[in-house]
Amino acid sequence: MPTKTEDILAKVREGRVWQSVFRSGTGSSTLHRALAIQQNIFLHLFATKVRKRMVRFSATWYLGTLTFGTFLILVITGILLMLYYHPSVPQAYADMKDLQFVVSSGLFLRNLHRWSAQLMVFLVFAHMFKVFYRGAYRTPREFNWVIGVVLLLITLLLSYTGYLLPWDQLAFWAITVGSNLSSAVPLVGNKIHFLLLGGNQVNANALLRFYVLHCVVLPLAAILFIAIHFWRIRKDGGLYVQQSEPKPQQPDEPTVIKKEGR
Amino acid sequence: MPDQVHTIGKTLPTEFDRRAFFTKIGLGSLGIAAAGTVVFSYEYLSPNVLYEPSAIVNAGRPESYEINSVTMDVNSGIYLVRADEGYFALNAVCTHLGCLTAWNQDLGIIACPCHGSKFKSTGEKIEGPAPKPLPRLKTWVSDEGDLMVDRSTDIPPLQYLRI
Repeated sequence: MPTKTEDILAKVREGRVWQSVFRSGTGSSTLHRALAIQQNIFLHLFATKVRKRMVRFSATWYLGTLTFGTFLILVITGILLMLYYHPSVPQAYADMKDLQFVVSSGLFLRNLHRWSAQLMVFLVFAHMFKVFYRGAYRTPREFNWVIGVVLLLITLLLSYTGYLLPWDQLAFWAITVGSNLSSAVPLVGNKIHFLLLGGNQVNANALLRFYVLHCVVLPLAAILFIAIHFWRIRKDGGLYVQQSEPKPQQPDEPTVIKKEGR
Repeated sequence: MPDQVHTIGKTLPTEFDRRAFFTKIGLGSLGIAAAGTVVFSYEYLSPNVLYEPSAIVNAGRPESYEINSVTMDVNSGIYLVRADEGYFALNAVCTHLGCLTAWNQDLGIIACPCHGSKFKSTGEKIEGPAPKPLPRLKTWVSDEGDLMVDRSTDIPPLQYLRI
């Protein structure tokens, strides 16, 4: 017997507003369920059907999903931190201290941002190791592996650019050292260093440039590549599942090499 | 009839030629626009005016430095050394990755806190990972008799300023 809540939900779903928003219509048939995924702008990146084996914990340890989760936390906490932070030399450090000691829940948000950032770097590596050791990068998923490597670089750059923003001694010297690494590039190294910092030393321009990279350029790049990464999972045949365990070879049996047709 | 064959044989402007021409024009102008964008972006991203401290530092009166002394100016990142042979200035920025080194009076060495490079008071490298010695900086005496150092100009080692 349907409860009152279910009745209300059913009425809402049959209503004109719901029908105008969700194009797939209502119903619980396999077709309707598939359409609900396929016709949703966010969900259509994913496959309409997945094998149970693919979504088992043991298959992926959910490392990719967890990485995306930390990214979402970072976006939300980052936007909130931006409301109190000015990327200018006289204010940056004081704003960071204000967030810690004056702003309500500021300390919590800042630490959540900081620790999620650390966790995201760790999870990206863990995700890549898992993919590597399962051999999930092989044909036809090579390109998605490459996208993954780009996402690793974006993650590291986000981590690096965010490091300068507290504008304390650690930040200053870490960026001094890190940006000097770019000077080692042959021929154009000093130019890259100059463009990155917007000057010859870590200064007001560098702080502003790193802020823009950290809050606008790199997150947009990350979102773009994450979308491609998710879409390619579907296009490459869903999450990788091992077909079967390789059989141990009998030493007495003659080895037969079969040519597999495609 | 031979006339007609002759006309076809000549390459008159055909539909294909015109299309190819416009494709070339289009791609060419896109290429020029892309190159222009790169140049403009580069120009825009390189600041023309920097609000950084001046490269030229006034290090004060020469006689205020004792013989065989190393004096560090933290703000400008230089060492002023007065040796028996004369004065010279060293860039205190480590040649490894740009940290500010420090003078250790007890050990008589310049050491970098970041990655442990060590230098003699002449700037010579004792221990890595720094690849090069600390460079000597152009030093002169101003008209007012003050020691002046130009942080942006390196000079060869073993040059001393005698007053």
